[in-house]
Amino acid sequence: MSFINLKEKVVQVKIVYYGPGRCGKTTNLEYINRKFRNQIQSEMVSLKTHGDRTLFFDFLPFDMGKIKGYDIKIQLYTVPGQVKYNATRKLVLKGVDGVVFVADAMEKQREKNIRSLNQLHQNLQSYKESIFKLPLVIQYNKIDLKEHGVPILPTAVLRKDLNSRLKVPDFEASAITGYNVAATLKKIISSTVVSIQKKLL
Amino acid sequence: MNYGIVSQEQLEQIDTILSSKLIKLGVDCVIIIDMAGNIITAKDNGESKYDVYSFAALAAGNFATVDAMAKLVGEAEFSLLFHKGQESNIHFSKIDDELLLISMFGKDISLGFLRLNVVEAIEQIRTVWEGNKT
Repeated sequence: MSFINLKEKVVQVKIVYYGPGRCGKTTNLEYINRKFRNQIQSEMVSLKTHGDRTLFFDFLPFDMGKIKGYDIKIQLYTVPGQVKYNATRKLVLKGVDGVVFVADAMEKQREKNIRSLNQLHQNLQSYKESIFKLPLVIQYNKIDLKEHGVPILPTAVLRKDLNSRLKVPDFEASAITGYNVAATLKKIISSTVVSIQKKLL
Repeated sequence: MNYGIVSQEQLEQIDTILSSKLIKLGVDCVIIIDMAGNIITAKDNGESKYDVYSFAALAAGNFATVDAMAKLVGEAEFSLLFHKGQESNIHFSKIDDELLLISMFGKDISLGFLRLNVVEAIEQIRTVWEGNKT
């Protein structure tokens, strides 16, 4: 749930990047941090293991400007993707306003994507949130691997696996090159801000 | 968890409590956050330049971790935390299930004195906050 400060006219919005291990959640944030450096006042916070895997979360705050006189502060979080860290994933999801589900387009990751999405559904339920109601955008990441001869799933298959019931906005993307990273971010911010506005009216 | 909007009046009352109980004492910076990592309010002595937003995210994570550790040793909760450094110290104290009060202070203030003031501030903040729920 977003926090709205009426005195200082600030709205804090929490957006979480969720997905299976090594799908590119942190890479998404790193690209945003580089690309929009001049709009971001703070440093990106990363809690990593020695092997560069996310241990707790990454955190990237930035200002989006004003809507109706209110400063919108967007706070991007990632969760650790590894299966064993579900307790931590759950903690990071607390008070979430919008989710980007990052799926790994590699063929061998097909099952992991589905498992991770199911777990997101369960984790949200534990906070009495519904995956069908919360602003959600799905990103099919790593499509650049096709050029390197790595077998990847066609978007139609990914869409059928992950988005046939949810029917949320989705994007093919490549977090490493930055393709559609900004488009994904823009979409989740706009859906989230609209949903907060609706709750307030 | 319906606390998303706090009135201007309540925030001002809370700010006054923080100023009179803690900033006046010599604390560098006081932040109230919720367990999701949002900042409810932040007050400082006008000199400290902390990145309070990152701080809030990390503090909420830190507290959640400690909460999980408490459960492992059979405690319901550890309601306060203290980190000691060479020049500065951080004191975390739970206000209620949703809120956390964080004080950052230098070596000039004794921990005992700070804790006494934190307890008083928290009692007063609770009274203001309860008014929000009803």
